[in-house]
Amino acid sequence: MKHIRNFCIIAHIDHGKSTLADRLLEHTKTIGERDMMNQVLDDMDLEREKGITIKSHAIQINYKHKGQEYVLNLIDTPGHVDFSYEVSRALAACEGALLLVDASQGIQAQTISNLYLAIDNNLEIIPVINKIDMEGAMIPEVTDQIVELIGCKPEEILLASGKSGIGIEEILTAIIERIPSPKGDETGPLQALIFDSVFNSFRGILVYYRILNGSLKKGDKIQFVSTGQEYFADEVGVLKLTMTPKQEVKCGDVGYIITGIKVAKEVKVGDTITLANNPAPMIKGFEEVKPMVFAGIFPVNTDEFEELRDCMEKLQLNDASLTFELETSQALGFGFRCGFLGLLHMEIIQERLEREFNQTVITTVPNVSFIAYSSKGDKLTVNNPTEMPDPTKLSRIEEPFIRAQIITLPDYIGNIMTLCLGKRGILINQSYLTPTRVELVFEMPLTEIVFDFYDKLKSQTRGYASFDYSPIGYRDADIVKMDILLNNEKVDALSALIHRGRAADFGRKLCEKLKELLPKQQFQIAIQAAIGAKVIARENISAMRKDVTAKCYGGDISRKRKLLEKQKEGKKRMRQIGNVEVPQEAFLAVLKLD
Amino acid sequence: MVSAICTEAALQQSYIQEPVDTIYFGGGTPSLLSPAELEQILQQVFKQFTVNTDAEITLEANPDDISTEKLTYWKNAGINRLSIGIQSFFAEDLQWMNRAHTADQAKACIQLAQQAGFNNITIDLIYGTPTLTDEKWQQNVATAVSLNIPHISCYALTVEPKTALDKMITLHKMENVNSETQSRQFTQLMQWADDAGFEHYEISNFAKPGFRSRHNSSYWQGKHYLGLGPSAHSFNGISRQWNIANNALYLKSIEGNVLPVEVETLTNTQQLNEYIMIRLRTMEGLSLNEIAARWDINAVHKLRAGAEKYLKNDMMVLNNNSLILTRNGRLFADGIAADLFC
Ligand SMILES: Nc1nc2c(ncn2[C@@H]2O[C@H](COP(=O)(O)OP(=O)(O)OP(=O)(O)O)[C@@H](O)[C@H]2O)c(=O)[nH]1
Ligand SMILES: [Mg+2]
Repeated sequence: MKHIRNFCIIAHIDHGKSTLADRLLEHTKTIGERDMMNQVLDDMDLEREKGITIKSHAIQINYKHKGQEYVLNLIDTPGHVDFSYEVSRALAACEGALLLVDASQGIQAQTISNLYLAIDNNLEIIPVINKIDMEGAMIPEVTDQIVELIGCKPEEILLASGKSGIGIEEILTAIIERIPSPKGDETGPLQALIFDSVFNSFRGILVYYRILNGSLKKGDKIQFVSTGQEYFADEVGVLKLTMTPKQEVKCGDVGYIITGIKVAKEVKVGDTITLANNPAPMIKGFEEVKPMVFAGIFPVNTDEFEELRDCMEKLQLNDASLTFELETSQALGFGFRCGFLGLLHMEIIQERLEREFNQTVITTVPNVSFIAYSSKGDKLTVNNPTEMPDPTKLSRIEEPFIRAQIITLPDYIGNIMTLCLGKRGILINQSYLTPTRVELVFEMPLTEIVFDFYDKLKSQTRGYASFDYSPIGYRDADIVKMDILLNNEKVDALSALIHRGRAADFGRKLCEKLKELLPKQQFQIAIQAAIGAKVIARENISAMRKDVTAKCYGGDISRKRKLLEKQKEGKKRMRQIGNVEVPQEAFLAVLKLD
Repeated sequence: MVSAICTEAALQQSYIQEPVDTIYFGGGTPSLLSPAELEQILQQVFKQFTVNTDAEITLEANPDDISTEKLTYWKNAGINRLSIGIQSFFAEDLQWMNRAHTADQAKACIQLAQQAGFNNITIDLIYGTPTLTDEKWQQNVATAVSLNIPHISCYALTVEPKTALDKMITLHKMENVNSETQSRQFTQLMQWADDAGFEHYEISNFAKPGFRSRHNSSYWQGKHYLGLGPSAHSFNGISRQWNIANNALYLKSIEGNVLPVEVETLTNTQQLNEYIMIRLRTMEGLSLNEIAARWDINAVHKLRAGAEKYLKNDMMVLNNNSLILTRNGRLFADGIAADLFC
């Protein structure tokens, strides 16, 4: 155990974590030349396409230092805010963290938030200025920023470039010399913390853990403490680029286990694995994640609900931040109300369902979680517009607020102020971190940042702003439920909870968008947005007058049949609201508003 | 090209087993063929295939190509039916459509043809163009009727994507086709044709009794046919094939005695869907008995259930166990067909 080091790489998004991991794996020959590629640990299609890390990824390195063999367990983590839960779980499996800072960008919002997470977990921090090969590298300034932030000595900061392979040797040395070896009772009863899991269609359910005490052998009879379920350890091993089976995974190490678990729900990230015949108590797991955004996910074909449920459970194995419960919609049938950490997270879940599980789904209007107080004083959490009580029975509604921290260049203060105040933000603090870097702190309603805040912030600052936020509780809000009606039939899946001041504008835009997205039908369609009985916006789609093509001779038949077959296929995917046929895109209209 | 087409006829000789009942010169401008070329093709067809003595032999002609001289040699060559692309009898419309012929030619060529002994004439008329008022539309139909033409094909102007017309419309240089006008003019047409004694035997085709196009009817009855020349389509009941459209490639391939075809074999369901799509467009409609015989009874049940709402809202009637579109239903034939597809 003295020769094990568990560490993760943390940073703001795009500061070069995965690229630096490449160099560490290459230098230590963990990955052969043949298997090497850029950001090799980003092995999900989506990660490669988007060029970002979505999942934490653990891999074991063998490294000889001063004649001594060491085992280094590296965990690469994502940088995007929506995936900070991935970071916090990775931290729990480590004693140290490499904190990367992009030399051309300096400290950014998630540098700070991830650093605090690491400090909370008592990790040894090794600060690294990365990308020093870049022309715009500002090594002295960034050194000052880091010294200021973590109170280290300048000489404790390493310089590196994941791209050109500078500083790799020094980093490996620092990992071995500065990060403490894991502590734990090697001979005591087994306690292993589950920090991740995944469903593999060939191997079944894989569980990843970090052993805190004792050891785990192949063939052991194990128990999951929180569920009390017992299984046999069919296979145990460590994570190289592929899984590497071992007879035993020892105290302090990170590994995987395959048992015969069939039911995804039996595995809980944060649970403790122990031995059935020599049990130990539960160790402290992870804080429950608090979803920030809720939306419905429904199967496109109503009869695929059970299949979707199965896939959601399997996906949840690999994404502990996904929460869901049953939801029924008049328009869409049975589905799930899901909690996400943000809109990117929501998009990733939908994409993963489609790619990894072959599900085609409809995602409905996302909203934050409100608290409604009835006139009788009852308190109700509302994650779904359909759950909002009738206004006459309500005394008040509260909405979640966040503390938004934005780091930017002084040039953009004006734009950011306009943006945030326009989103009902309240400026709390403005301070210069250095003469060229300003930190702005706002308190803002969460619902205002859910939709298009990132994009606006990016465009208003030409990318020179980073943003982080944390919830600060609930505050009174003037929230109304806005419904959409098609030929007087309410479309529950399009209802939205929205600030009263925004309703008219939002309603108008939504009606216009729906007019674009709904195909003409044989009768007129009235699209209305209403608050209660009061219509606040309206559009009409005139009836289709004619749907017939002129010619149908020998050469036209095949093409025409294919066209109509396609049309029929499209119609199958539509939902019937009263007499109106609604294509799926319409349910996503809200996400497409400018 | 003519000799390539003749070579193709020889290569395709075995495609059609049954006697040939109709021959159609169309697609492009066969009225530009010289007497010798026309002769050459017809002789080859008669040589390679068994042609019925009373076969319908149609030639497509542009009004400006028609002359007494040509009419005479067409007649002598055995052509017994003319299809003339009149489009409109008004100069303004013809100009808008970029047609080569004048309004006078439109009328005169019909009279010439009749004088030359062609009674079996069909003309094309177009409606729904921006320049065509309801009044002019009525006059176009009336002119055709008064000229004693026994068959009319009427097409609504359609803007095919990526054509010059489409571009002009997107650039707002031209008014878009108005589906309301088109729907109204089609409805008017159905009434006028009926008044004048025409049968509306297919969505776009109107005929006096005895003058239906035997050739086009074969398409709608699912009969087998063979097309010769670039991009021509053929059908033998279960597979459909079409020649390459590029002239140069067509010639080259035929030169090497290779048929430049792409073949598509239709599944049972595809055959049924085609049947639904085509038959719904005809006056006789969709025969449930025939579907039961050629496919299965389940398909009939499905169709009956699917048709229910159209029967209720007067888009369809059930007659002799056939589903037949009403006038109103004919306006929506495509959507209804797609809806009824299996
Ligand atoms: N010039 C230069 N570019 C680098 C270096 N390291 C990474 N990059 C580039 O920076 C971008 C982001 O690199 P990644 O390694 O994916 O960054 P990351 O921190 O893993 O990103 P997330 O996981 O999404 O937070 C890529 O375009 C890399 O090519 C470096 O040392 N120098
Ligand atoms: Mg990464």
